[in-house]
Amino acid sequence: MSHATRPQEHGQGTDRVLQLSAVGQHYGDHRVLHDITLTVPAGQLLCVVGPSGCGKSTLLRTIAGLLPAREGTITIDGDPVTGVPDSLAVVFQDYGRSLFPWLTVRDNVALPLRRRGLARAERRAEADRILDRVGLSGAARRHPWQLSGGMQQRVAIARALVCRPTLLLMDEPFGSLDAQTREDLEDLLLEVHRTDGTTIVFVTHDIDESVYVGDRVVVLSPGPGSKIVLDLPVPLPGRRDQIATRGLPEFVALRAEVGRAVRGKGVQET
Amino acid sequence: MRGVTKGGDPRNADPAAPKPPAPASRRSRPTPHPVLLRWLVLVLAVGVWELVARAHGSVYFPPPDRIARHVHDLWFDGPARHLFLTSAAVADILPSLGRMAAGFLLATVAGIVLGVMVGRSRRAYALCNPVLQFARAVPPPALVPVFVVVFSFGTPMQIASIAFSAVWPVLINTAAGVRNTDPLRLDVAAVLRLNTAERLWFLVLPSALPRIFAGLRLSLSLSLILMVFSELLPGTANGIGFTLTEAQTRSDLLTVWAALVLLGVLGYLLNTGLLAVEKRLIGRERAV
Repeated sequence: MSHATRPQEHGQGTDRVLQLSAVGQHYGDHRVLHDITLTVPAGQLLCVVGPSGCGKSTLLRTIAGLLPAREGTITIDGDPVTGVPDSLAVVFQDYGRSLFPWLTVRDNVALPLRRRGLARAERRAEADRILDRVGLSGAARRHPWQLSGGMQQRVAIARALVCRPTLLLMDEPFGSLDAQTREDLEDLLLEVHRTDGTTIVFVTHDIDESVYVGDRVVVLSPGPGSKIVLDLPVPLPGRRDQIATRGLPEFVALRAEVGRAVRGKGVQET
Repeated sequence: MRGVTKGGDPRNADPAAPKPPAPASRRSRPTPHPVLLRWLVLVLAVGVWELVARAHGSVYFPPPDRIARHVHDLWFDGPARHLFLTSAAVADILPSLGRMAAGFLLATVAGIVLGVMVGRSRRAYALCNPVLQFARAVPPPALVPVFVVVFSFGTPMQIASIAFSAVWPVLINTAAGVRNTDPLRLDVAAVLRLNTAERLWFLVLPSALPRIFAGLRLSLSLSLILMVFSELLPGTANGIGFTLTEAQTRSDLLTVWAALVLLGVLGYLLNTGLLAVEKRLIGRERAV
């Protein structure tokens, strides 16, 4: 593909900004999120970490407009989020359920293109182009359930990217994959982020993963009523590399800091 | 080197090699003998029937070989250009099948359309479900007298009876299938901003399809029952059910038995046909 890689050059999306002000969420009496205030500049890859059940997925569903915010407001470029915003894409953890098994891989990926009014041939060409990009050019005519878990998640990523979103939300996308596959997909994500400059909100419970992929890590406290307990930039030098980056002293220090925050005893030490 | 960029070979990029298509062979055994066994039981049963019927020599219970010959003489002795159908077959079997097909198709279309409407809304489903369960619980043949009053005798009454009886299983199963659409997939549809028609066509109907077919199988056998039953009533001039009653009034037990065998075979063939359609449409995901 002819995408030139422009390392660390983010922000082609100019001033597109995701802004959460005092966002709260509760189901009846059960408080899930409390007073979440966050500004995500265009092109940032923000990781949201927290213990399981802390409302990370709820936060993501709220940003996606799938769940109306009970308190506070969410804006994208100043426009309040009321429904699912345009040019937003989501990758869910459960690829087996999020893909449509009755469609081929290509048709799954081409599905979001229908609303762009493209002809069938154009939709297919576009889907094939993006499948090639995620390394699945040979699988277009197969069905999702004929592929391994990692390949299925690649299909889901391709489907998310096919409409060139400016905001990409990922809900523990690699949580159920084996270590090797997971690393490959983390690197695929970084490559996409580098080339497209997409703003990404990446939810994970894996501390290592958050520091490895993130430009910035936000830690939520355990529920109920989770709030932000740590907001940490990740100034790792150079291009990320699974072996080298994870061995850097900066990486180890950041990981420890995030780890302490997740366990609820880190704040005073930062 | 580690960055998986475009064109990365999926086999390298993905250590978990593609799984072979899920075991479709789970059901088929290493030997073909279950199939043989099934036919063997049938052959044995017919053989025993033949022996007992011959030994008894009762006029009420003719042996199967005589029934089979009678079926052949009555309906399948015609010229090759009529697919070996006799004029009696054309006069009796085809109208019956036509009415049944009309009733079943009406029931299918109405059942799926209404089922989707009921199943799409939680409130509509909660409101309609007791009514549907009640309507389903009424034995369908009991409704035929009502249709006789409404339509008087004849083909419209027969088609209405079949359709009205066969619609409930499709409707109830479609509604339940639509109701049970995976909520995560509905989120996906919302995020992909599919419109109502796309959501229906690409998500709701395909995921309800196994339930819809479960309903269709019940509806098909009900259609056959109602087809025969509606033809037993006065005012009918042709059809398999008519042949049955007419032979009975003439004490022509051989023809009665022939009609019964024909109905059994038709029921079996229709069900096999429906299963083939089902397998073609959803057999693939069944393997998951």
